[in-house]
Amino acid sequence: MKRIYVNEKWCLGCHRCEYECAFANSHLTDMVKALKGKAIYPKIRVEDGGDVHFAVNCRHCTEAVCVRSCIAGALSFQDGMVVIDQNKCVGCLTCVLVCPFGAIMPAPEVGVAQKCMLCTDNLTGEPNCVKNCINNAIVYEERD
Amino acid sequence: MEYVIIGNSTAGIAAAESIRKLDASGKVTILSDEPFHTYGRPLISYYLLGKTDAEHMNYRPADFYQKNNIRTLFSVRAERIDAVKKQVVLQDGKKLKYDKLLVATGSRPFVPPMEGLEKNEYFTFMTYADALALKKQLSPEKKVLIIGAGLIGLKCLEGIADRVGKVSVVDMAPHVLPSILDEYGAFLVQKQLEKHGAQFYLSDSVASFEKGMANLKSGARIPFDILVVAAGVRPNVELVRDAGGKVGRGILTDDRQETSLKDVYAAGDCTESYDITCNQSRILALLPNAQFQGACAGTNMAGGEAHFTNAVPMNAIGFFGSHVLTAGSYFGDTYEEKRGETYKKLFFDGEKLNGFILVDLPERAGIYTSLLRGKISLSEVDFEALKRDPGLIAFSAAYRAEKLARRV
Repeated sequence: MKRIYVNEKWCLGCHRCEYECAFANSHLTDMVKALKGKAIYPKIRVEDGGDVHFAVNCRHCTEAVCVRSCIAGALSFQDGMVVIDQNKCVGCLTCVLVCPFGAIMPAPEVGVAQKCMLCTDNLTGEPNCVKNCINNAIVYEERD
Repeated sequence: MEYVIIGNSTAGIAAAESIRKLDASGKVTILSDEPFHTYGRPLISYYLLGKTDAEHMNYRPADFYQKNNIRTLFSVRAERIDAVKKQVVLQDGKKLKYDKLLVATGSRPFVPPMEGLEKNEYFTFMTYADALALKKQLSPEKKVLIIGAGLIGLKCLEGIADRVGKVSVVDMAPHVLPSILDEYGAFLVQKQLEKHGAQFYLSDSVASFEKGMANLKSGARIPFDILVVAAGVRPNVELVRDAGGKVGRGILTDDRQETSLKDVYAAGDCTESYDITCNQSRILALLPNAQFQGACAGTNMAGGEAHFTNAVPMNAIGFFGSHVLTAGSYFGDTYEEKRGETYKKLFFDGEKLNGFILVDLPERAGIYTSLLRGKISLSEVDFEALKRDPGLIAFSAAYRAEKLARRV
């Protein structure tokens, strides 16, 4: 199963993935319209500290503690991916409390949680952060 | 192999799922004294609030039992366990044989004796049926009195506050949510709830009831149309205790979730857990904990090997869009941040994070929780950086490589 992996040493800390994520999930086709002058709520986050930079998004854990802790049955593991059903989510944020990666977060506009679904839930259809990472610091591939 | 699961909520469902991962053909029966498809029990307040509905409250999809080949017996109580003959005796006298049994009977509301209580109809707030019954009574002119400012009482308050007239809350504790918040955190939450019209009577209790009126110890008199008793819960331990199994405050199990009775397992709110943040066996009546225990029990029941060894109290509770996230135990040195309506407090001791309180600072809280559940020593992280911001940057490059560059 392909997943997103991080090559920390190649990350420049440019934060482009955050914008590409927000763009992909805006469901718009014009990047300027989607992002300019707007607060963005990407599902990927770049951490910076001195010379170290890396991106973090959902790891789609096999025994995902968010899925196990969800009070609503809104999170499930399907076809190798942790899926959120935002219609079932009530926004209690138990998942935020338990995710060891800090990779699931409140979606401010809708009062429920949001997370990376590998861009299967938007128009791009494949991870837009990976596609637009200029240095291959985020990759989408099979690993053990 | 015949598996019987008493309880159709989180722990029971988790066990059934774990059993099915290892045993596709064994006979699995789930018993419940409730009539409903499995539902997210904590959702009942969201149901009253209108944030979910009957259809979306299903804890598992509509075809769950069919797909997993699980037989269900609803609206029937298990009366007795015969651990020698290995059978469960039902309320209607029928007997159900088992090879492996799970007791996931949860807890029930505790209604303290209060003078004159019998003069009033009252509601408790534990089940979907409770929520449905309460909902029928709600209307804008009615005054509500809730006994108890704990998790259940305040979630009930949130669920109904904007659908009734006035809501009053009485609790003996000096501040709200005493089980998960300190004084300042409680002050912030109380303020939020008061904005929605709630009135609190703390360090106080009901001396006596008249019909539609509570006389408090302080002398205050509170008229009400609807009375909700949310004074706490008691674990349903009787089935195991009466069968001769070991019981403390809750049902006692080993770390495989097996009780002192052979082939009888227990999980969820009816049991005790070993809380690693304070090194004590205690009841952790929390949904995630029930899932962890139930899954562990199911694996062992089906012949696998699982141990549940990192129970940690953790609570995510929200009121009208604000969020309170807490975990662990509150002792040791502290780190505090108070900014506007937000509040962070971390409790730590030498090399260990013991617990935390986050009021309206939910972002990446799970990174703190991972220190508790993963028993990670503070010497392995940059704790000064973590105090300010939960981030993976505070962990070693090796930890990150393990977590971000490999399959997890």
